[in-house]
Amino acid sequence: MAEIVDERRGKRVGIAGHPYSALFLPVPIVCFTGALITDLAYVNSGGNLLWLNFSCWLLLAGLLFAVIAGILMLVDLARLPQLRTNIGWGSFGLLAGAGVIEFINSLIHARDGWTAVVPAGLILSAIGAIVVMSHGWLWHESRYGPGVRA
Amino acid sequence: MNKLVIAALLAAPLAACGNPQGKIDPSEQMGPNPLIPEPAQGLIADVGVPDVVGWKDGETPKVPAGFHIEAMATGLTNPRTVLPLPNGDVLVVEGQRTGTEPVDRPKDPIRDFIMSMAHGGGGATDKGPPPQRITLLRDANGDGKPELRTVLVDRLNAPFGIAVVGNDLYIANTDAILRYPFTPGQVQIANRPQKVIDLPGGLIDHHWTKSLVASPDGSMLYAGVGSNSNVQERGPEAETNRAAIWEIDPKTGAYRVFATGLRNPNGLTFYPGTNVLWTVVNERDELGPNAVPDYMTSVRPGAFYGWPWSYYGQHVDPRPRPQRPDMVAKAIPPDYALSSHVAALGLAFYTGNSFPAGFRGGAFVGEHGSWNRSKFNGYHVVFIRFAAGRPVGMPMEFVGGFLDGKGHARGRPVGVAVDRTGALLVADDAGNTVWRVTYTGGGPARPAA
Repeated sequence: MAEIVDERRGKRVGIAGHPYSALFLPVPIVCFTGALITDLAYVNSGGNLLWLNFSCWLLLAGLLFAVIAGILMLVDLARLPQLRTNIGWGSFGLLAGAGVIEFINSLIHARDGWTAVVPAGLILSAIGAIVVMSHGWLWHESRYGPGVRA
Repeated sequence: MNKLVIAALLAAPLAACGNPQGKIDPSEQMGPNPLIPEPAQGLIADVGVPDVVGWKDGETPKVPAGFHIEAMATGLTNPRTVLPLPNGDVLVVEGQRTGTEPVDRPKDPIRDFIMSMAHGGGGATDKGPPPQRITLLRDANGDGKPELRTVLVDRLNAPFGIAVVGNDLYIANTDAILRYPFTPGQVQIANRPQKVIDLPGGLIDHHWTKSLVASPDGSMLYAGVGSNSNVQERGPEAETNRAAIWEIDPKTGAYRVFATGLRNPNGLTFYPGTNVLWTVVNERDELGPNAVPDYMTSVRPGAFYGWPWSYYGQHVDPRPRPQRPDMVAKAIPPDYALSSHVAALGLAFYTGNSFPAGFRGGAFVGEHGSWNRSKFNGYHVVFIRFAAGRPVGMPMEFVGGFLDGKGHARGRPVGVAVDRTGALLVADDAGNTVWRVTYTGGGPARPAA
């Protein structure tokens, strides 16, 4: 909890004094990478719709939390000049990019059956997962600097 | 709905890239050899639903010159099927499915909302659940103005199909066929029904309308049982004995599946003077505005018509898995296409004598109208001429004017029937009216060549 008040970077947006980042930021990362896994399971099962339904809900949950996390990131970026680095903006941009990709992906996933995933849905899930993981990786760095000192 | 609006905005530039199906005119998808384009799955389904505004005083649907249309009964609640009896009584089925389908995916409530708008919400009043009943209209002198209106049977469960055989009244609820003792002339039935057979209903019950007809000799019943999904996205287990027409022995309750692969068969009717069963079928959605055409077809016993694996014979649908090349090979194409997404729900062959001779033996089809298409299609009753028991030529609009041309629907046609005077009856579920079309002569009034 050392990041609540960080002398070098100042106080970030928090809820009841606790920072939001641990609460909201991981959810899109987990959900979007999860959707890639359930997409692969769908393809591998030859079209068991259970996996398609999982993917749809993971995309929706990831999108909802990505919007919340994105807003809170913007607030931090606006308040804390030391965050407005290439890495800080880059991390935000990657989250926004993942949101756009996965929004389109959720429209693709709303199709009925195989074409909800193959091929466009699966491709977007893979790209979205890579982008959202890059976002998390950079945001971590923007908080702690190069190297892991958490 | 916000999601849909955002989706529409996002998709607008993509839609502008050009839809490969965009240049097809519905007329190219009518008749025995329709144009079947490649599937076009956009980012969002092409959606268009008119606001239901109802009929103002003095407004009626339009009919060709020489014909006259007027309301036989107004103020009904979601009338969907009309059954004229030989004594001049007309039975009107008022009902709709209540409740919502279980949500498997975030998409489901959005699609249900769009489709509920498409159904006009007729009867979903703030006074409680809509009535589920059979209303009797008595028109003894055949002038189209009922002298009496009573509730024949009440408290049904989403009824749609209805048939009278001798002194038995059969009603197809969404989950069962019921038999009531009924002496024609009776205006109210107090007896409890006997259940003939359970029909597939259940929690999802996506296509809930169970069309019903008796064989010409009255020995068998035929029920249309629509699919539980667009294209098996609820899984194959949900489709057991669905997307089919059932043949039922009303004496024993025994049944067999008469024909399969019919996504949502309605308007079951025997061609006059034959034992050939006909139906109109709502084909699948979300393959583009011009795929897949709905159709009218004679039903061959034991035949398979493609759903969900293919349409119009061997046009494979890429969506349902596992694929079934063995079933695709068996699929037979239907007889006559009506064009895409028209939502044909009613079918009646002209058996009267009061219309000009060209109408005799031809088919009236009630097209409820599209939702999976930004440019409206359907929303009228068409006439298709028959020769030697087969449809010929192109459909001609016979009852139109359900849309006002400004994106509103005054009404939407469903069931059609020919009464004992030879007039055409049309159930209008969004307009809550039963319309009656008579021939007054004088006009050209010839069916399409």
